Amino acid sequence: MRFLLVEDNLSLAAAVEDRLRMDGHVVDHAPDISVADDYAATADYDLILLDIMLPDGDGRDFLKAHRNRQGTTPVIVLTARSEVSDRVGVLDLGADDYITKPFDFSELEARCRAVLRRHGGGSSNQKRFGSVVFDPMAGTLNIGEKTVSLRNKELRLLEIFINAPDRIFSKSKLVDRLFSYEEDVSENAIEVYVGRLRKHLAGSDVEITTVRGLGYRMSLA
Amino acid sequence: MRFLVFSNVLTAALRVFSLFCLAVILGGPAQAFEIEDQRRFGPAAGAAGADVLRVLSTTDTDLLAPLIESFLRSRPTVVVDYVTVSSSELMRAVVEDDAAFDLAVSSALDLQTKLANDGYTRAHSPAGRLRIPDWAVWRDHVFAFSQEPASIVLSPAAFEGLEMPRSRQALMSLLRRYPNRFRGRIGTYDVETSGLGYLFATQDLRTSESFWRMMEIFGSLDLRLYCCSGEMIEAVARGELAIAYNVLGSYARARVDLADRIEIVDPQDYTNMMLRTAVVLKGADRPDLAGAFIDHLLRAAWGNQRDPAYPFPRYATAETSPTAALRPIQMGPGLLVFLDRLKRARFLEEWRSTVLQK
Amino acid sequence: MSRGLPTSGSIRRRLTLQLVGSAAFLASLLFVIVLSFTRDVSQQTHDSILAASATSIMDSVSVRSGEVSVDIPYAALSMLGNVSNDRVFYRIAQDDSVLTGYADLPLPDGAPPRGQPRFDTLHYKGDSIRMVTLARRVSLNGQVSDVVISVAQTREGQAAQLAELTRNALQLGLGFFMIAAFLAIWAAQSSIRPLAELAEAVSRRGPKDLRPVRRPVPSEMIPLVTSLNRFIERLRVSLSRSEDFIAEAAHRVRTPLATVRTQAEITLRRVERDENRASLREMIRAIDESSRAAGQLLDHAMVTFRTDSLLREEVDLGALSRELLNRLRPIAELKDIALHSDLPQTPPLSGDPILIQNAVRNLLDNAIKYAPSESDIQVILRKEGAELRLSIIDEAGGFPSGDTNALTARFARGANAEGTIGSGLGLTIAREVVEAHGGRLTIAPSQATSGPPAASPRREGSCVSLCFPMS
Repeated sequence: MRFLLVEDNLSLAAAVEDRLRMDGHVVDHAPDISVADDYAATADYDLILLDIMLPDGDGRDFLKAHRNRQGTTPVIVLTARSEVSDRVGVLDLGADDYITKPFDFSELEARCRAVLRRHGGGSSNQKRFGSVVFDPMAGTLNIGEKTVSLRNKELRLLEIFINAPDRIFSKSKLVDRLFSYEEDVSENAIEVYVGRLRKHLAGSDVEITTVRGLGYRMSLA
Repeated sequence: MRFLVFSNVLTAALRVFSLFCLAVILGGPAQAFEIEDQRRFGPAAGAAGADVLRVLSTTDTDLLAPLIESFLRSRPTVVVDYVTVSSSELMRAVVEDDAAFDLAVSSALDLQTKLANDGYTRAHSPAGRLRIPDWAVWRDHVFAFSQEPASIVLSPAAFEGLEMPRSRQALMSLLRRYPNRFRGRIGTYDVETSGLGYLFATQDLRTSESFWRMMEIFGSLDLRLYCCSGEMIEAVARGELAIAYNVLGSYARARVDLADRIEIVDPQDYTNMMLRTAVVLKGADRPDLAGAFIDHLLRAAWGNQRDPAYPFPRYATAETSPTAALRPIQMGPGLLVFLDRLKRARFLEEWRSTVLQK
Repeated sequence: MSRGLPTSGSIRRRLTLQLVGSAAFLASLLFVIVLSFTRDVSQQTHDSILAASATSIMDSVSVRSGEVSVDIPYAALSMLGNVSNDRVFYRIAQDDSVLTGYADLPLPDGAPPRGQPRFDTLHYKGDSIRMVTLARRVSLNGQVSDVVISVAQTREGQAAQLAELTRNALQLGLGFFMIAAFLAIWAAQSSIRPLAELAEAVSRRGPKDLRPVRRPVPSEMIPLVTSLNRFIERLRVSLSRSEDFIAEAAHRVRTPLATVRTQAEITLRRVERDENRASLREMIRAIDESSRAAGQLLDHAMVTFRTDSLLREEVDLGALSRELLNRLRPIAELKDIALHSDLPQTPPLSGDPILIQNAVRNLLDNAIKYAPSESDIQVILRKEGAELRLSIIDEAGGFPSGDTNALTARFARGANAEGTIGSGLGLTIAREVVEAHGGRLTIAPSQATSGPPAASPRREGSCVSLCFPMS
């Protein structure tokens, strides 16, 4: 996906950029409103992440201008303020959602997904692997004629595997990506979800194999 | 029938008048006032604890007796002590002797007015619903309860072949035309001795411009002077007089026995109406009873229902008013003018020179 | 706000009293002036009739054969009778001897006037009389002699007329007073009206309305309104300055935290050693806890500030909850927690929507935080009598029994919340908000609640309810 990140704090921007690229997204960074305006005018983005306090103005002004020029790209506001005071103003001005700093990237991901789903999906984001067709927006899995609805954790687990086929993921890495940091879960909890995924994939040419002592890997049979 | 009773009463009244005239003629200074008659009405005279109303009056006892009795009918414990005096004696009794009476009834309107003006009377508010003409009351002190005209009494025999005069104007032209026919046959009050005659004459003077001219004609025809109405009526009836001027009409009408020998004329130009009045005296012991008696008289005189005990003729209030032909003598301070010493002297002097042609 | 403020009386009452007082004074003055004027006129009328009477008598005085002769005209006394029913007295004297009339009529003090009528108020026969005295000099046989004529009348008629005049003057004064008093009250009312309207307009404002007063006011009130506006402006500037300060502070703290957290997450993805990963997780957890604590502290400060002067607007609790649920759903989904809602249309309640939203959000946050994965949370709105009850039912194992009150005390945390990020401020905030609206917060074990569509047999949980009274 293509992100426009509008954030004046350069180190935070760099970190977020890194983090998003890690998941395979394309990110353009604008440190202020004028640069952001230029970017928004020249390129199409799937999502805009917008900070509120910017050196040359208020992020809400950009938001207003963006909506006034019929920009349809969904906007998620990054705010450092208390939930309450900014909420009304931001949503009223046409932001699709907002998230408070510091944020959990899985929450950001979830919100992006929800926003894109509301906007009619990030287009043909379907992924194919072998005989399996996976739609992360709809959260569905198609094997031949069979369609399976995935739960959130199953979906995210499948996405991790499908983005890096044949790569081995250790249990602890999967726990980090699947569970929030405030949850205390044992690595064995992963086995439950892997088990569920295997059940869903039964009958396809895709299988998840256990690599003893190292973790799991998804590959074509 | 009523007039018959009245005629009996009249005899007594005439006696009162003659006595009054006598008193005036004699004019002697008397220490105490002279009583002509005294009668007590009501329960046995002198009953202990009785309420006594003492009336001083110039009106004959018999005349007012029926009214007094009807007054007492609803007041069984009240005694009326009725004392008859002449009008000048009444004045003297009240002013000089300070005699103890509750009520004064008099035909001398001018003297009653003077009593009220000089503070010898007290105010009385007539009971409600009594409708008395305005001119019949002065200051809530003097209340009139009769109207009696100053009439001309004529002898029909003397006027044979002539038209009876109905006004002073007609009378005067008749006298001018036939002076010899009436010479020595005209009579009127001697105003020097008769209070009523003086009142009638001064009212004539006040009302008519031709008063002195008429007196001059009367004087040129050997006017005869009388003390009282009764004598003049009888003189006309006897044929001695052809014309009696300013005779009390109520007395003349009461003499039904002489009705075919006299003709009573109330002059059409104007007729003075004498008012009989009552006042509550200042020193009254029983002003309540005195007031109640005045109300009784007023009800008989002005009430809607004719009271058989009322001895005087009644006139509808529309017929008599200070502007109509029948003119009640106007009450008020004007009446004091002719009581003035100098005014009286001056009037009598002129009257004498005109009438007696001296 | 003005309760307990000492008052120094009411302007309207003072104004009314002063105006009514002036009206009373003017009415009394009017009464006195009218009365004395009409008294004078009445006295003059009576005097002129008396003088006419005396003059007509004087006109009849003549000298005949060396003697003074008087012929009192009938009209001289009867004219007095036409005016009133008063008693009439007169005396005609030549030098010191009385010619006729009332000899004992009192003589006025001093020399008899010549040419001019002289008026006196005297006593005679126990009554007050008004007397006119006229004098004229005549010549008798070459000798000079004074003729003095006095005409007097009692004053009963005049007194009755004066009583009538007094009554009329009194009615006039009273009528004047009534009208003036009515106008005074009206004037006081209408002159105080702009002040009352301003007070009304200012007190009707919401607690957050810090716009200057722009309505037109009478010029006398301009200084007051100018000062008021200056105050409002200062308050607004100072409030927005502190709001800006808090926002700036939050921004300054949270942005570096966000950087650190992101870097930590990136590093966590890259490092392989379990010990390093564990400490990185600890670090992220610490960052989350501190930022959440800071957030709730700010929330709590805001709640305390807003409940001090509670805004009253119509709040649709169902719509508000629905919106919150939509916003929290992505987070719930991360844990595969299903959010069920049963939010029927209910009458609005009156309150501060931001506060109520904050309270509900804190409760929902808590429920999501503490509930296990793949559990159910139900949000149910019910109208119960005169109350609206919003219940949040989770399967988080329930609160430890016996410490329900302590739970909502500041910074308390459920005993089973070990390791779950967040301070116990959430319940405190919710309780303070609902109590500021006159309602209450209840916590009960949730198993008794009749069941929603639950796939698995219901696990033990708690039911936290906000009960708002309806206006």
